Amino acid sequence: MDTAMDDGKPSRRRLKHRYPLTVLILQRLGLSAGLLLAVSILIFGGVEALPGDFAQTYLGQSATPQAIENIRSQLGLERPITTRYFEWLGNAVQGDFGESWASGNSVSEQIGKRLGNSLFLAFCAAIISVPLAVGLGMLAVHFRNRVPDRIINIVSLAAISLPEFFIGYLLILFFAVKFGVASFPATVYDGMAFSDRLAAIALPTATLVFVVLAHMMRMTRAAIISVMSSAYMETAELKGLGAFKTIIKHAAPNAIAPIVNVVALNLAYLVVGVVVVEVVFVYPGMGQYMVDAVTVRDMPVVQACGLIFAAVYILLNMVADLIAIIANPKLRHPR
Amino acid sequence: MLSVRNLKIGATTYPPGENPKDIEIVHGISFDLERGKVLGLIGESGAGKSTIGLAALAYGRGGVRITGGEVLLDGEDILKTDKKGIRQIRGARVCYVAQSAAAAFNPAHKLGDQVIEATLEHGLMTRDEARERALYLFKILGLPDPDTFGDRFPHQVSGGQLQRAMTAMALCSNPELIVFDEPTTALDVTTQIDVLAAIKNAIEETGTAALYITHDLAVVAQISDDIMVLRHGETIEYGSVQQIIENPQEEYTRALISVRQTKQREARDQSNALLSVDNISASYGNGFKVLHDVSLHVPRGQTVAVVGESGSGKSTLARVITGLLPPSEGSITFANEALPPQHKQRTRDQLRRIQLIYQMADTAMNPRQTVGQIIGRPLTFYFGLHGTKKKQRVQELLDEIEMGSGFYDRYPAELSGGQKQRVAIARALAAKPDLILCDEPTSALDPLVAEGILDLLMRLQAETQVSYLFITHDIAIVRAIADSVAVMLQGKLVDFGPRSSVLSPPFDDYTDLLLKSVPEMELGWLEKVLATRRMESADN
Repeated sequence: MDTAMDDGKPSRRRLKHRYPLTVLILQRLGLSAGLLLAVSILIFGGVEALPGDFAQTYLGQSATPQAIENIRSQLGLERPITTRYFEWLGNAVQGDFGESWASGNSVSEQIGKRLGNSLFLAFCAAIISVPLAVGLGMLAVHFRNRVPDRIINIVSLAAISLPEFFIGYLLILFFAVKFGVASFPATVYDGMAFSDRLAAIALPTATLVFVVLAHMMRMTRAAIISVMSSAYMETAELKGLGAFKTIIKHAAPNAIAPIVNVVALNLAYLVVGVVVVEVVFVYPGMGQYMVDAVTVRDMPVVQACGLIFAAVYILLNMVADLIAIIANPKLRHPR
Repeated sequence: MLSVRNLKIGATTYPPGENPKDIEIVHGISFDLERGKVLGLIGESGAGKSTIGLAALAYGRGGVRITGGEVLLDGEDILKTDKKGIRQIRGARVCYVAQSAAAAFNPAHKLGDQVIEATLEHGLMTRDEARERALYLFKILGLPDPDTFGDRFPHQVSGGQLQRAMTAMALCSNPELIVFDEPTTALDVTTQIDVLAAIKNAIEETGTAALYITHDLAVVAQISDDIMVLRHGETIEYGSVQQIIENPQEEYTRALISVRQTKQREARDQSNALLSVDNISASYGNGFKVLHDVSLHVPRGQTVAVVGESGSGKSTLARVITGLLPPSEGSITFANEALPPQHKQRTRDQLRRIQLIYQMADTAMNPRQTVGQIIGRPLTFYFGLHGTKKKQRVQELLDEIEMGSGFYDRYPAELSGGQKQRVAIARALAAKPDLILCDEPTSALDPLVAEGILDLLMRLQAETQVSYLFITHDIAIVRAIADSVAVMLQGKLVDFGPRSSVLSPPFDDYTDLLLKSVPEMELGWLEKVLATRRMESADN
């Protein structure tokens, strides 16, 4: 047995030594899958443990015990929890989240459309906020502790301090009501022209941009400043390079990892945290769907939404990890 | 070519609890440097050497700014040049070689691209010409595989190679002047000699002028034409190498030259072992073995010096003895008792009897505690002292380390490097140990300050019969204080015995190399060593 271990260990170490990148990436993928599995247990267990009962809510106060029992057996609720969990998980892996208790429609179909809407909104917000945040961060570093830096800081801090629903209502008040340049509510439907769709989501997108901008901008600034104080930046300056060139060429590549991390965190927030914004703007996305489902205890919908949100969150963080790993020259080019 | 006239440099300091103060750190320095010559700037830390060196690039680190005087480069005052003009000088006419090349190279770019960057930026050569020049420089600096060296990333080459690559980077644009800021200080002695030879060779080949900044007089004697001795931002002595080394005029210069002398006679009887380490092997969590079958013993009241280069396992040996890293094989006996491998299994008394002093006294102390709290902590922990008794004992200890009770309420940040190390020694002494493990306690200190620390340690040994396991890479210290010497290489003990037998022929091969690599305060020493090496390699 000892010899077997001795044989196995060095070869694994060699593999790790030779392809540290591949091994690390595989590790991350495995870790993410494990995490998702754990989350699925939490979601199923959590929803199960919620007080209240769908049948009770559905039938109202006057329901007879017999009627409640009927509905419960109809939904298969009398079976043991582990059986139901594995059945649910098995179907979920194949993309089938069962049928809504409330409407009887397929959950997957319902979510498909709404997830598309939510992702579209988040994507629009991301495509504006990420370059803007990184650019402002670089600008703030360039004018460090001077007026432009202060203005960028104060405005972004103010934006992050206001809750998103407040920003949303402010935007509605000014741009939709007073000036009439934007539309409200942000209704979208199938077959809508792309330009109309963009016009409809202008205000929710702006709200989301405001909310995530500050965090990303400040982290970019902090990451670049910590890189700026390193010895190789002095080397660059003593080579006679211009200020902006030193930032772009020497600071940015080393600041990628921390910036990507915060960007991913905020993107995840964009997808997951749109709930409030969607409600404010009456936008037909995942968030609103989930809120509606919770009020009637429509468990399959709540579970599906929870799992999808978790998957998006884990996926984005994993991608951030992977980019940070790949951006590290020590891992990309082993000795 | 470079002419510095009455240079004054100031800085703003922020003393704790007071208003920011402007202080002057360089008070009117003047010197001249001709084309193709090397001027050595020497002095202890805080002497203003680096600050003066960077002034040649019109650069001030942090809050440092040049307040007066002239820096004339070919008759033109670069301090009066505008930003754009200075950018055209930096990297083209004047280049800089930093102390830590490991930090000064950008980890994200290939070495070759960084070496030719300044040359391309200033439009001095085409990319192909610059590459060719880099290749030529890699060759004359003796870098391995010069053809592909530029394709590597900084983390893929060793510290000595990085330092040479940094020199190549400075030489690439064919500058008139290079400022070398302690380029070999962070290197092991056996590496230092190669880098030193490479730098000297490159300076001769390319005919550039150089300012060579160091705190090691023996090093600067090998490479400079002139030497300027600095202290507290003032010139102490300025003259040719020959005059400074052979006929120093000032007391301070003489002290610097005579620093390395024997302090302690070797003990006769080395049999009475207090600590003995038998066949120790150890590895870190990743399975990498760092110690191979190491055996040595420390006699009571004596000093055992452990020498070796970085990565030789010296500090790991100390970690094993303290029980921080349990050995995979072997045993440790202390005062005729077997010591449990893990520090958690040891009794409080066993812990008390072995204390540690670290290289960086800075990081080994809580910056939020006063000196009194730092030294008082082991008194409470081991002896249960409180109140007046504790305070009294701390003050005794402060007297013993020659600092006095006035330091009781001071914070580490208010102390100099040497004072911090003294406090660390007092903290170790407070436990009344039988053995102190000293992990390079003087290598971060200036020579004269280090000297004081060594004197203190020797006096304490004579008074209290404490034993030292003294880890160092500095042979001069070994010669000065050790009773016995252990030489380590790549985790193995290659030589162990009384100082007189280890440090005199017949040598172990590695010990020989180590001894021959230590710069000596002698003109032409470098050439002599290199010539011997060439002969030896010709013989083989």
